[in-house]
Amino acid sequence: MTNPENVLMLAGVLFTIGALGVMLRRNALVAFMCVELMLNAANLALVTGSTMNGGLDGQVASFFVMVVAAAEVVVGLAIIMTIYRTRRTTSVDDANLLKL
Amino acid sequence: MNLLETLSHTVPATGMFANAWWMIAAPLLVAAFLLLAGRVADAWGHFVAVAAVVFSFSIAACLFGEMLGRGAEERAVESTLYTWFSVGTWTFDVGLQIDQLSILFAMLITGVGSLIHIYSIGYMAHDERRRRFFAYLNLFVAAMLTLVLANNYLILFVGWEGVGLASYLLISFFQHKKSAADAGVKAFVMNRVGDFGMLLAIFTMLAMFGSSKFSVVNAGVPEMPAIWATLLGVFLLLGACGKSAQVPLQAWLLDAMEGPTPVSALIHAATMVTAGVYLVVRSHVVYEHSMIAQTAVVVVGTVTLLAGAWIGTSQDDIKKVLAGSTMSQIGYMMLAAGIGPAGYAFAIFHLLTHGFFKANMFLGAGSVMHGMHDDVNMRNYGALAKVMRYTYWTFFCGYIAIIGFPLTAGYFSKDHIIEAAFHYNVVIGLCALIGAGVTAFYMTRLMFMTFWGKQRWQPGVHPHESPKVMTLPLVVLAALSIVAGALMNWWIQTWLEPAAGNHPHEVSLIPTPIGLLAIAVVAAGVATGWYFFGRGDIPKVAPASKNPFTLVGRNVLYGDQLNDAVIVQPTYALAAASDATDRHAIDGLFDGLAHGFGGLSTQVRKLQTGYARSYALTMTAGVVVTAVVLILAHLA
Amino acid sequence: MIPALIPMVTGASLTFWICAPLAVLGALGLVLFRKAVYSALSMAFVMLNLAVLYGTMDAPFLVFVQIIVYTGAIMMLFLFVLMLVGIDTPDSVIETLRGQRWLAALAALGTVGLLFFGIGGSVRSGPFAGLTEANAIGNVEGIASLVFGRYVFIFELTSALLITAALAAMVLAHRTRVTEKIGQRLQAAQRMRDYAETGAHPGPLPASGVFAGHNSIAVPALLPDGSVAESSVSRTLVLRGAALDPEDLRSMTADRFAAIEGVKEEEGDE
Repeated sequence: MTNPENVLMLAGVLFTIGALGVMLRRNALVAFMCVELMLNAANLALVTGSTMNGGLDGQVASFFVMVVAAAEVVVGLAIIMTIYRTRRTTSVDDANLLKL
Repeated sequence: MNLLETLSHTVPATGMFANAWWMIAAPLLVAAFLLLAGRVADAWGHFVAVAAVVFSFSIAACLFGEMLGRGAEERAVESTLYTWFSVGTWTFDVGLQIDQLSILFAMLITGVGSLIHIYSIGYMAHDERRRRFFAYLNLFVAAMLTLVLANNYLILFVGWEGVGLASYLLISFFQHKKSAADAGVKAFVMNRVGDFGMLLAIFTMLAMFGSSKFSVVNAGVPEMPAIWATLLGVFLLLGACGKSAQVPLQAWLLDAMEGPTPVSALIHAATMVTAGVYLVVRSHVVYEHSMIAQTAVVVVGTVTLLAGAWIGTSQDDIKKVLAGSTMSQIGYMMLAAGIGPAGYAFAIFHLLTHGFFKANMFLGAGSVMHGMHDDVNMRNYGALAKVMRYTYWTFFCGYIAIIGFPLTAGYFSKDHIIEAAFHYNVVIGLCALIGAGVTAFYMTRLMFMTFWGKQRWQPGVHPHESPKVMTLPLVVLAALSIVAGALMNWWIQTWLEPAAGNHPHEVSLIPTPIGLLAIAVVAAGVATGWYFFGRGDIPKVAPASKNPFTLVGRNVLYGDQLNDAVIVQPTYALAAASDATDRHAIDGLFDGLAHGFGGLSTQVRKLQTGYARSYALTMTAGVVVTAVVLILAHLA
Repeated sequence: MIPALIPMVTGASLTFWICAPLAVLGALGLVLFRKAVYSALSMAFVMLNLAVLYGTMDAPFLVFVQIIVYTGAIMMLFLFVLMLVGIDTPDSVIETLRGQRWLAALAALGTVGLLFFGIGGSVRSGPFAGLTEANAIGNVEGIASLVFGRYVFIFELTSALLITAALAAMVLAHRTRVTEKIGQRLQAAQRMRDYAETGAHPGPLPASGVFAGHNSIAVPALLPDGSVAESSVSRTLVLRGAALDPEDLRSMTADRFAAIEGVKEEEGDE
């Protein structure tokens, strides 16, 4: 069996790379994909936890996370589409009016 | 029995004494009535006022007669009317103490007051606010009686404030004149400074003894540390200076002559200005326990008697000459009161005689003004003796009384003071002697300018004698000016001994060497006055002079300028400084704080960039920080 | 001897050590590629690797759910939207926010350090409980018993969430007509008007040409006078050079006819 600690570290690395992508990429879709990457990393950690504790609850949680991520992607992409239709841009930097 | 036992021995009030409070109540009620009654009482209101004062005089006379009949131990009567209020363990009663000292004052106030009320019927006959005038006069009489009849310093202070109020109302009676209104305010404000001293004294008494009753204070002062006795004496002296127009609080008295002449006669000659002397004599136990305070009283008295005389020599306004004279004579009284047990009786003696002859002279001056169309400038008088005979002869009686012509009232009272001064200290005695000479000089000057010499009347002025209602009081007062001294000389010292604690001296008609010296100095003064003003003409306009004495005297010793420089300008500067501190330092602090916060928020809001990515960065950083803190807390 | 030299390595750990670096590389590619579509494909790659890792950890159900839902549905959705939005445009590399790059690097360093430290501090190493007994009745049955047993309420709520998401998508993607929809009648009237004014042909476009050997849409039709009807073939094809030339087609027929004529003349001559 793989050492769960290693898998958890992998999950941590993937999470960090996803966070880095959210902070650095300007394309809305790529940023969104980085958010999905972070969710996947969390899923990985959950499944590892289930192997460590010997119960299937981690996998069930991971399953639900996937469902919610799916719903979230639907709505998020619809929003990006709407913004693109009105503003003809997908850069997150262009939606910067929420400031003083 | 010893002094202390004598002092605190009072019998409770019975019979007539139980009704003594009517002396105060009658004028007070009439004053209120006249003020509230309105124009309907204009025609007869003044008669009611006169009746009230005469009523008070009759009660005083009855009480005096009663006291004469009793033995010396039973003359001091105390009656508590009611409890005013109580705070904590202190209780403040309203009570009267009618003893040998206060009955003399009561007689003076009501007696001279009645005469002046009668005089005012004639003097204020043509004034449309006459009813109000009489109401204020009655208010004054009631307040002054409260002052002298109180049995504790707090009620004395109530009367004190009352006379201050009445003085203000009466000085500024001709309220359409700005000079009168200003004079009223000036008198009130300077009195306030004195009141401050009085209040500090009362506070000290309350703190030390828990009560301001005369008996309690007199019993407690010997036990006090000397420093407190000195402070008490100084505070009381400050109060006395304010009320009696002694240096340094003398500048208001000359301006107070803006009021109608009966006011000057009653308040600023006979009664209110003597309240300071009453206070010092009443508090003699305090002064006997503090050498410093006693010396201070003597110094104040001496300086004032010379200052007042100096002013009197250079004024052309007849009332201002008399005001300077009043200041000087009260200086004599303060000097006598400060000397100690040797001088208390003489101070009161002089106070009474001064009350008679000064009131007489002021009313005479009023009569002269009445005849000269209210002109006060003596340079427009001259040769009035033949035209206003009653006024002239009564004024003459007052003149010889004040200079101390042998056997007049002033001779007895003033000579005793000069002698006592010499026994106390030669320098003080010399000053008193010089003062007597200067008094003779300026009074002679006044007589020459007003009644004798050639006439210098303005065109259209026809002086005439005043009506009987005005000349009758003059006659009574003139008679008293002559005989009162002889009547009281052998009697007053023993009479006052229980109340004032003085040591009676031997007095006789034969003048002592000092007495003879005094007569000589007075004669020299009269001669000097004749020399400068009796021969030749008196100019219509005051001649320009380089003589520093004349200039200083004409400018009233530069009192106003001194007050302005020492008090007023620093107060303005303090107010400006407070304003600046408030505006720049305090407001600056808060404005600065607000600006600081504004600046801080201007910097902090730069965090809100509007970019989602920088918010993501902030969130990540926040997560890291929070997690680190939690982990560290968990490990600790 | 040989077994002693080969270190004991299980299939799971081998799989892990292959898939993990690949997943990391894919993640880096997601973040670093300039073209969006390359990022999307990297993402899909990462997800596949994760599915394999789930397989090594006794979660067969999740393997398939991961591939079907995540890689199959979600990433495809991403690609559809990318297609609509613009596939080819590369993003610029210049960072517009001051200090964002290195501050982000710092924050990421902090995050990874935190996670490692946190994980290292909390996980107890040593033998762990495997999933053999949990999977005794089968992984799918085990998960099902939990989903419909202990977590049934969450399951119901999640279904409500999905319905809501579908509605949201419809609402957000809905376009409100700002102009009136032109009906058939109006369209026909408009056509006749155009013909009256400009002479535009009111009927449908002509069909592409039908030749003996060719009749694709790339073949133009011929008008009665022999010229080419230009509206019979798509302009795109013409511009691309994909439209066929009728001359070449005619020449082919002419050659055939010539050949037949030739044979006829030969047979006539005999």
